[in-house]
Amino acid sequence: MAASEIISGAMRERAADYLTKRHRFRAAEALPWLIAIAVFFIFPTRMTFGSQVLVMVMFALSLDLILGYAGIVTLGHAAFFGIGAYTVGLAAARLDWTEPISGLFAAAIAAGLVGFVTGWFLLRYRGLTLLMLTLATAILLQETGNLRSDISGGYDGLPGLTFKPLLGIFDYDLYAHTYYLYVLAVLAVMFYLVRRIVYSPFGQALTGIRENVRRMHAIGSPVHRRLVTVYTIAAAIAGVAGALFTQTNAYVTLTVFDFDNSAKVMVMLILGGTGRLYGAFIGAAVYMVLEDYFSKLSPTFWQFGIGLVLVLAVLFAPRGILGLFERMGSYFAERKRS
Amino acid sequence: MTAALQVERLNRAFGALPVTRDVDLMLERGARRALIGPNGAGKTTLVNLITGALKPHSGRVLLDGEDITALSQADRARRGLARTFQINQLFRGLTVLENLCMTIGERDGHCDNLWRSAGSKREVIDEALGYLDSLRLTDDALKLVRELPYGRQRLVEIAIALAQKPRVLLLDEPAAGVPSSESHLILDVVAALDPDIAVLIIEHDMDVVFRFAKEITVLVQGAVFTQGTPNEIMNNEQVRAVYLGQEGHRGGHHG
Repeated sequence: MAASEIISGAMRERAADYLTKRHRFRAAEALPWLIAIAVFFIFPTRMTFGSQVLVMVMFALSLDLILGYAGIVTLGHAAFFGIGAYTVGLAAARLDWTEPISGLFAAAIAAGLVGFVTGWFLLRYRGLTLLMLTLATAILLQETGNLRSDISGGYDGLPGLTFKPLLGIFDYDLYAHTYYLYVLAVLAVMFYLVRRIVYSPFGQALTGIRENVRRMHAIGSPVHRRLVTVYTIAAAIAGVAGALFTQTNAYVTLTVFDFDNSAKVMVMLILGGTGRLYGAFIGAAVYMVLEDYFSKLSPTFWQFGIGLVLVLAVLFAPRGILGLFERMGSYFAERKRS
Repeated sequence: MTAALQVERLNRAFGALPVTRDVDLMLERGARRALIGPNGAGKTTLVNLITGALKPHSGRVLLDGEDITALSQADRARRGLARTFQINQLFRGLTVLENLCMTIGERDGHCDNLWRSAGSKREVIDEALGYLDSLRLTDDALKLVRELPYGRQRLVEIAIALAQKPRVLLLDEPAAGVPSSESHLILDVVAALDPDIAVLIIEHDMDVVFRFAKEITVLVQGAVFTQGTPNEIMNNEQVRAVYLGQEGHRGGHHG
């Protein structure tokens, strides 16, 4: 009796430990950041491309929050990226508001607001219906921009934007070194936010909604409120990514609202692995590097290469690259044990 | 004394088919009532109407005297109305412990917090482990729900309902799908429930019904056929004819 009590006591401790320590940073989590810093020193001439990769990582991260954690399937996430991109674009072109960091805040608020309003209406639906409605939302926004091309610049966009030096000190150099570090710093902040949310009780409730929404209703969870909240946050982060996109490219066109953009970020995330935070890093980086490589290899047929990689990924790594690593990890752990 | 749960003249139809017809039902505090009836009598529909998963076309549901008919399912749950499902509705990709902690988190409003870590409230974890202990699930605390055998998943289903600290608990065939060699475990748990909780159990196994329930309501074709003590029901010729007669005195489960 006493022995079994000790055993169950130990089990209790182990179980409690698992939950209390789960949110702590692990050493391996430093890896993507170290790589990002190493890239800065190793490829000093590819910093514009590097910044674009980091922007897409941030965009994919915002999608992971709603798709990977809350299970919201959307094909219109580019809407928020586009709102953010156009917020700083229009502010710079029409209002001469070119201070970069306040621009990010404005983009976050604008995209968050659109996320809140559309989410409040759309998140009563799930599955295919939601897929179509989110897709339609992005198209409506794009067409609104097209309708008022006198303001938005239409598909010709807003070219030749200039922004004030960062913090009033750091100006932008030819190889975009400043941009790269700036985007990396903003990504770190966003990542910290997302990570806190994911490991919070709220984040737990999101996984509950993903796993079984009927049960969530039955235990008294205000499901709609939770979904609208996370959708708003994800929209704001996507908006910041869009704003950085405009700032690093110094131009923006209505193609940011394209279905392509929504689909691409989803492909990146699924390629890397959903619901894992770092799937966004791996997926976006791998996709962008492959796209860059293939398009140099064959400017006309590069999409064939991307397509082939995706087919292989679906066949052999259905849970993404990170999922593949996890499976390999547990496979070797099994072999070591036996 | 107001009843813990009162259902008044509840009606619901699916298209032209009435599935709940003028149902009146009352659970006193600490009641142990069984709801029996042939397949298709509308037992699960009635549970769905009471919990708010379905809206009635007419009638009222009162919880401790408060009219909750217009409230959402989640609002009713937060007021102390819990249920288990005939077919497991669990967070299959999460650990058993997380299933419980989330329930407690939603019950106490912790899940509004976006910033602190979910594991930082030790009392939540301890309470969750307490429920697992009482159902002998502690050893499975860190297993994913989908890795558990079905019988143990049924226990998690009950553990979640208990973690809601309900005043009224609706058990929809708690032993359904569990081999009879294991079902006694679940029924022991049901028998040992807190005497303050009003319990309504849907069950096909007449041994369980007669052992557990102090009152029985018989539902036939969506309407209350009769109600009474187990003895009255057992000796009711009409019930024997429409229900016990055809269904017999058998155990096991069915849809």
